[in-house]
Amino acid sequence: MAVIAVLIGCSFIIAVGFLLAFLWSVRSGQYDDKYTPSVRILFDENTKQS
Amino acid sequence: MEKTPASTDKLSLCYHCGDTLRGERVEHDGKLFCCSGCKVVFEILQQNDLCTYYDLEKNPGRTPSALEANRFSFLDDATIQQQLVQFSDGHTATVTLSLPAVHCSSCIWLLEQLYKLDAGILNSRVDFLKKTVSITYRQDRTSLKSIVILLTSVGYEPELSLDALNKPKESEITRSLYYKIGVAGFCFGNSMLFSFPEYLGVDASEQLLREVFSYLNLLLGIPVATYCSLEYYRSAWGGLRKRVINIDLPIAIGIVLLFGRSAADILTGSGAGFIDSLCGLLFFLLLGRVFQSKTYDRMNFERSYTSYFPIAVTTKRGGVETTVPLSALSRGQRIVVRSNEIVPADAMLLQGNAFIDYSFVTGEAAPVPKVLGEMIYAGGRQTGGAIELEVMKEVSQSYLTQLWNNFRHSARELGQLSELSTTVSKYFTTVVLAVSLGVLAYWLPKDTVTAINAFTGILIVACPCALAIAIPFTLGTTLRVFGRNDFYLKNTAVIELLSKIDTIVFDKTGTITYAKRSSVSFTGTELTSDQRDAVFSIVSGSVHPVSQMIAEHLQGTKSIVDGFTETVGQGITGTVGGRTYRIGAREYVGALAPATPVNETRSYVSEDGRQLGYFSVKNLYRDGLPAMIAELGAGRKLAVVSGDNESERPRLQSMFPQGTDLLFNQTPTDKLEYVRSQQQQGKRVLMVGDGLNDAGALLQSNLGIAVTEDVVHFSPASDAIISSTAFIRLAEFLRFSRLSMRIVIASFVMAFLYNLVGIYFALQGMLTPIMAAILMPASSITIVVFTTVTTNILARRKGLLAWRS
Repeated sequence: MAVIAVLIGCSFIIAVGFLLAFLWSVRSGQYDDKYTPSVRILFDENTKQS
Repeated sequence: MEKTPASTDKLSLCYHCGDTLRGERVEHDGKLFCCSGCKVVFEILQQNDLCTYYDLEKNPGRTPSALEANRFSFLDDATIQQQLVQFSDGHTATVTLSLPAVHCSSCIWLLEQLYKLDAGILNSRVDFLKKTVSITYRQDRTSLKSIVILLTSVGYEPELSLDALNKPKESEITRSLYYKIGVAGFCFGNSMLFSFPEYLGVDASEQLLREVFSYLNLLLGIPVATYCSLEYYRSAWGGLRKRVINIDLPIAIGIVLLFGRSAADILTGSGAGFIDSLCGLLFFLLLGRVFQSKTYDRMNFERSYTSYFPIAVTTKRGGVETTVPLSALSRGQRIVVRSNEIVPADAMLLQGNAFIDYSFVTGEAAPVPKVLGEMIYAGGRQTGGAIELEVMKEVSQSYLTQLWNNFRHSARELGQLSELSTTVSKYFTTVVLAVSLGVLAYWLPKDTVTAINAFTGILIVACPCALAIAIPFTLGTTLRVFGRNDFYLKNTAVIELLSKIDTIVFDKTGTITYAKRSSVSFTGTELTSDQRDAVFSIVSGSVHPVSQMIAEHLQGTKSIVDGFTETVGQGITGTVGGRTYRIGAREYVGALAPATPVNETRSYVSEDGRQLGYFSVKNLYRDGLPAMIAELGAGRKLAVVSGDNESERPRLQSMFPQGTDLLFNQTPTDKLEYVRSQQQQGKRVLMVGDGLNDAGALLQSNLGIAVTEDVVHFSPASDAIISSTAFIRLAEFLRFSRLSMRIVIASFVMAFLYNLVGIYFALQGMLTPIMAAILMPASSITIVVFTTVTTNILARRKGLLAWRS
């Protein structure tokens, strides 16, 4: 049964990682505009000349 | 070059994006495009070389004239810049501009290539749904003014209004909701993992594991019961302070008790607690909030007059034109209003041919000619050439502004919480509290532990989460269904209001009649086919709405017109086949016919000075109107309030059922008063209107729907916006709103059944954590599935959604 404790511990750490990733994605504005990026990805040569 | 007739069906779609051509059409290489964006992309595809794109700037046809560039000179004003620019560090600046012309993917492409057209632009990002572009630029290399001119030259003129200057930021609110969902979902999943020993049943040897897990569970419960539940505590407290029991009160009690009981169980070691149920509850509740909060970003339901007014105006002093911010405009100043600009303040005409389109004040499409010295009210749009005016009243004192401010005082507050759920939760909470207290009193003398268990158990299991999610999921789905049919609601509470309407008040012009189509008839000597073609050719050359209506009516063949002249507000003259035709006002044509009656617009025609007759242009009622009126009129009171005169009374009387109030010559205030008088009789009034003259009535009514030709553009403040093409389906929408309220009630019944089962166990103090962990998510999921599936199926059956094959 002790192995379950280890497994659940690992899964908890992974889940925390995903939670942080989700919070970061919201914070960086990825959920502000849910439509335009889906179109933008289809354009070629969108690289910026600096 | 001869223009091709506008209405050829084959050519009415954009060659590139397939969109229907509206207003502006761009022709290139024998193909038609809906916008410059599409044309440009086509060019690039055609020549397979991106470099050709740089030619665009050199193309003289696209560079705006010096006069047009002057229009934006107010953007050099430091205070205006400061208001528009979001961020600036002295070198680079970011500005977000609203571009109503954005409508297809090519638009995004073109607008994100702006850095190739102006070296000062570092990057540009389009938000398609909001129709905005966010541009970052180097302030030493380019200016806001040149960016706006560039955008205008490629066909995307930014909407620069006073309103755009002070827009609240909404994204922060939605973001915090996403954070909460993330946290609740995370805790939900993990607390279920930690409850595994409890679900499976562990023997005594694993007691330590079980204890560790329940403490971890408790830790997970803390952010859920505090951070994620904040809104519910706040709303419940707010309700209590107003002495209202709203649905959030029993939820807040449920959350507190779930957490408190779990903490007590875990800390005393007497049980595993209900943390998994608590997390699941919050997760579903928050999900419902997201589902309900569907908003139409590109639409504005809260417009005030400031969204129609320009930011700056051109003033003239001693022959020198300067641009000043609107707020700095004062009495006595001389201003210049160019074609398609809005008169910002009540002013007197000093010079030029004023031809004012008041369509957004009154809903009337036909422009009104004004003579020198006449007063022009703010809000009119000049359609002729440039005019000069003297400001008579400051902007804040103008008729329109005053009208607006009066209306605003009468504006009601549309509650976010549904009336139905408030009524239900009032009784529900009272009954649950009574039952639980009764149980507490019953058990207390016999067994204190069971008494506490039963008391908290009832309150936990009776937590009306299923009630709370039934409304967001049903009405959220309905909101989307309506949106797909071009009927856009401000929020879900509108659906409930819609289902209870018993009085409907219509505006006439632009609402039950077409705003741009009219019935045209010719009275006089019948025109020969040569005359028809001649008149058609001449009127086709004019952009005046009446000319366009006549052209559409005649549909002749085009011939060459010589000596075409148009006198703004008077008429047009042209020579075809050696004969000179004059078409226009009675005085202009020199007609001898009796004076034009006020109820219709007449355009007289003469050939070589000989009068042929006149075209009369009348309002045309929308197709399918009588059928809709018949349905709406069943069981409801109808009324028409119109700013026009009585000429249409007989036609309206034949169309509307007996007992319909038909009121004419109504001022905006009269309309408002009529709505109020109906409300005083206890009626729930739906007002349907389109112009700013209906704005007061729209706000006063229980529910105001604005009809608009173009949902992105103009509409007065209202609870809902309906596209003019969908207007005729209003009866269907009303029917469906009642149907969705019935779905809500059905799911309430289901939720009660679940609650009864839970309460049966809780009464005996036998509610175990695992039972709660099954019962509560099960009821939530049942409600979510039932409401969304039923609403979708019914929407398809009623023809509001297409069956997917």
